[in-house]
Amino acid sequence: MNAPTIDPAIAPPLWLLAELTYRCPLHCPFCYNPVDYANDRTELTTEQWFDVMRQARRLGAAQLGFSGGEPLLRDDLEDLVGEGRRLGFYTNLITSGIGLTESRLARMKALGLDHIQLSFQDSTRALNDFLSSTKTFDLKARVARLIKQYDYPMVLNVVLHRFNLDHVERIIAMALDMGVDYLELANTQYYGWALVNRDQLMPTREQVARAESIVNACRARIGNRMRILFVVPDYFEAQPKACMNGWGGVFLGIAPDGTALPCHAARTLPGIDFPNVRTTTVKEIWYDSAAFNRYRGDAWMKDPCRTCDDKAKDFGGCRCQAYAMTGDAANADPVCAKSARHGDVQTIVLHAQRAQQRAPDAATSPPAQPIVFRSDVNSLKVSPPCP
Amino acid sequence: MHTVPEQPALSRLFRMQWEEAQGTHVLLYPEGMVKLNPSAAEILKRCDGLHTVPAIVGELEQAFHCDGLRGDVDDFLRVASERGWIV
Repeated sequence: MNAPTIDPAIAPPLWLLAELTYRCPLHCPFCYNPVDYANDRTELTTEQWFDVMRQARRLGAAQLGFSGGEPLLRDDLEDLVGEGRRLGFYTNLITSGIGLTESRLARMKALGLDHIQLSFQDSTRALNDFLSSTKTFDLKARVARLIKQYDYPMVLNVVLHRFNLDHVERIIAMALDMGVDYLELANTQYYGWALVNRDQLMPTREQVARAESIVNACRARIGNRMRILFVVPDYFEAQPKACMNGWGGVFLGIAPDGTALPCHAARTLPGIDFPNVRTTTVKEIWYDSAAFNRYRGDAWMKDPCRTCDDKAKDFGGCRCQAYAMTGDAANADPVCAKSARHGDVQTIVLHAQRAQQRAPDAATSPPAQPIVFRSDVNSLKVSPPCP
Repeated sequence: MHTVPEQPALSRLFRMQWEEAQGTHVLLYPEGMVKLNPSAAEILKRCDGLHTVPAIVGELEQAFHCDGLRGDVDDFLRVASERGWIV
């Protein structure tokens, strides 16, 4: 059988994600930041970020995202936006909106910020339906109005999980009311803190299916007034996602301390030395480093991926998920029905279903096992620094 | 069913620019990119909210010394409209 081979030529990075800081005023249990983020508070300086941006742009990156943690916690964000735009990047601010005052927004607009993605999260420690957390709601609504006032397309990202999936119709109505242009309903993926809290966050298959059909009905009603994207959690699929469009494919992430990563969760993989922009050029990082070449092409693949017809389409799924669930990053992502470990994923889904069935109002009441909220204290507790 | 606007303009969600590293024009939008072939780029360059569709066709036919482009331009604009690139 002749399976298609993957083109070995390395294309340039197109998407530079600048994770400016892991500091954040929120405590979301589904955060994908590393659980051990509090062990190291090193952050690149403004000049170091300028240098990274210039190098990446020269290589051909065209999209620049400012993220974190909460990027607004960096005082130099405006300078970074300005330089990004001057370099010709399409600049994206991915933010909770906390700290987005009118003066900061006006300044970033003047400096050429292209897009603001406003995220919706629980900002309270109590496990409430976030729509009833009125303080958050009012703050977000204020920030959303400000964003529209400054003539930005209103792009809203809502992380979905067991506790708000059943409210998707109200979420859509709220977004319409806020004048949202583009609504991204992102079912949480299980990395970082979300992985720690997976058993509490995982919805049932029925919840996801119900939500999806509501979204489809709303889409038909709403038409072009608001575009809605609904990302299904891949645990419910039989085929894996083409994670990041392939390891070292288009995405270059730089963590707050300058570590270059092909994805947010890559540092969880053992035995890989991820290069740092403080000591290595972006060109060397992208094209020459062992880390970035590790899972490019298909020579690293095991069966079933190695001989699979879809390998050039989905690259065998997610390395980090394969490692987290099977202990070997070179295995097929067990989301894939062809994986020998696909049953494990199904078990996790079934487990979540049974947990909800045992507590019928589980979707609205706190779970038996406490959720681990993202915080410095919890980070140090869950991942103590090495002695 | 999407009707093409009479004086199409690039949606403010998108920015078109030449990318030297890729040797093509691209459409950049929140966290995404569409590569444009040369014909697409030439049409979109003229979607400024002022050119009517016949004007776009006329200009292209003149610039590229050919005729009969109306059908291709219509087809492209319909796709562009469906995808929200033009309003």
